[in-house]
Amino acid sequence: MRSSRTGDRGYREIAHTADWALRVWAPDLKGLLVTAAEGMYDLLGVVTDPNQPVQQHLALEAMDAESLLVAFLNELVFQLEERRAFWQFDLEVKGTQLEGELKGARVIGQGKEIKAVTYHDLAIQKGERGLEVTVVFDV
Amino acid sequence: MIQLQAFTRISDYEWEIPKTFRHDMRVPVRVFASRRLLENALGDKSIEQAVNAATLPGLVGRVVVMPDVHQGYGFPIGGVAATRYPEGVISPGGIGYDINCGVRLLATTLEAGEAEPYFKDLIQALDKYCPSGVGAEGGMRLSEAELDQACREGARWALRRGMGSEQDLRRTEEGGCLEGADPTRVSKRAKERGRSQLGTLGAGNHFLEVGIVEQVFDARAAAAMGLLEGCLTLSIHCGSRGFGHQICTDYVQELQGAVNRYGIHLPDRELVCAPLDSPEGQAYLGAMRAAANYAFLNRQLLAHQARLAFEAVLAGKVSNWHLHQVYDIAHNIGKIETHEIDGQRVKVCVHRKGATRAFGPGAPGLPEEYARVGQPVLVPGSMGTASWVLVGTEESMMRSFGSSCHGAGRVLSRNAAKRSVRGEQLQRELEADGILLRAGSMAGLAEEAPSAYKDVDEVVETVCGAGIARKVARLRPLLVVKG
Repeated sequence: MRSSRTGDRGYREIAHTADWALRVWAPDLKGLLVTAAEGMYDLLGVVTDPNQPVQQHLALEAMDAESLLVAFLNELVFQLEERRAFWQFDLEVKGTQLEGELKGARVIGQGKEIKAVTYHDLAIQKGERGLEVTVVFDV
Repeated sequence: MIQLQAFTRISDYEWEIPKTFRHDMRVPVRVFASRRLLENALGDKSIEQAVNAATLPGLVGRVVVMPDVHQGYGFPIGGVAATRYPEGVISPGGIGYDINCGVRLLATTLEAGEAEPYFKDLIQALDKYCPSGVGAEGGMRLSEAELDQACREGARWALRRGMGSEQDLRRTEEGGCLEGADPTRVSKRAKERGRSQLGTLGAGNHFLEVGIVEQVFDARAAAAMGLLEGCLTLSIHCGSRGFGHQICTDYVQELQGAVNRYGIHLPDRELVCAPLDSPEGQAYLGAMRAAANYAFLNRQLLAHQARLAFEAVLAGKVSNWHLHQVYDIAHNIGKIETHEIDGQRVKVCVHRKGATRAFGPGAPGLPEEYARVGQPVLVPGSMGTASWVLVGTEESMMRSFGSSCHGAGRVLSRNAAKRSVRGEQLQRELEADGILLRAGSMAGLAEEAPSAYKDVDEVVETVCGAGIARKVARLRPLLVVKG
């Protein structure tokens, strides 16, 4: 089961019968989005070539924080099929809007596919670690 | 969690939760399961999801749950629900992210023993001719205009290019093309994903399988389908690839706002929906049909490519290598059909998610050769276990919106499966059982271990015991290609 902790944010894989799920926590919404992305890439076994850098401008708007998280991660799922993955997220998150620059590299390997990021049991909650959420991916 | 006491036992294989169980249910939930499979289903959220699905506006009859049920998104996987057309809702969660994931079965008159010396070459050829695995791309990259045309024509697009036969289309659900597909309702993003993925298998639980007809149970139906004991078959399990996944993702997102506009209150956001006669509902219906046609076309192309593999390896070496189509069915789809509800003929949108159409003898839309026996129902087991060919019955038309099960259903999480067996060990075990395997990933292989799935024989006994399907033949796997 995959897990990672970087300072005050982190993720861990949790059991799910048919698909994958991550428990993610971070001090704020921007941190939650970035950490969920890192966890998703970890689950997928993404390998990139640092000699082929890529950059992407991104602007998203959603009806609530959960929808913003789903839209953000689904954007990254799409970019994976374009052979692009990102590890530097220079984002501004205001309410349920985000905008900024993503930097990463061309994907040269990937262990698994995700069909989609789902709304299953998706509820961003305030907890001891700031914000927490469980994200379920349809595999 | 829902307990067994919530159910009324209708028969050994049917159980019902009344609509009084929860205040927001509009119809009851009817579960086709043995007691053992029902108790198993109570171990995850699948029955709770069926109860949630029973709250959707416009539902008629009952929500039906199949014995291979497991937890899904919104609807359980192994669920059927029908909403009145046109004022009831359509829900992407009732169809699934992999729109028209389904199975195609082809068969031969080639005895397995005659082909066995060539099995290693054959599995290599199938692996080569039918790209699989993560990020697999096919040999064709369509322009947007070509992709739009493919979405409108479905499997016929392949026929026009010499990659199929009229028999293939006749023996495909809906002739391999849902009318009313609207590519203008499909996002540019979905089209970008779909343009280069036609003719590919994908990954996950999708596979190609060469099998042998191990036992025939219904000689007349088997004869109609061309299934001969001891002869080879080929199954193809895949769907609409990234094209369909993106369409569902787009509309699950887009309809989040629609539920508010139409005053629909949902217990689960994955049940998001819109009235069929709303602009949003019509848009999703058109896009869903486009994805369904893409999947029919994809399986047609894979069948053509598999035929090329068979020819390359077997032509001139065996008596007859030809693969003829038995049937192609969808198990994630929404269809506008007419069913009898409380003595009246009602036009409905039937949502089948992890469930297969199982029309009985004489039902509309069946090819002439199956009119007297009923529609073939294809039930793949887990990798390395049996698969089944059944037929639909008149009972299924009356009790399950002409539907039956679709497979074996998972019981173990992917991580639990990987903990129980390593991919390399599983490959050795399967080969010791006489099953050759090509897998893109050993970890992925372990996730699909037979122990992770329900017993398909028990699932089939249930639907047949309940009368909503009838056995035709049991198939045993010989060669498996998976991503």
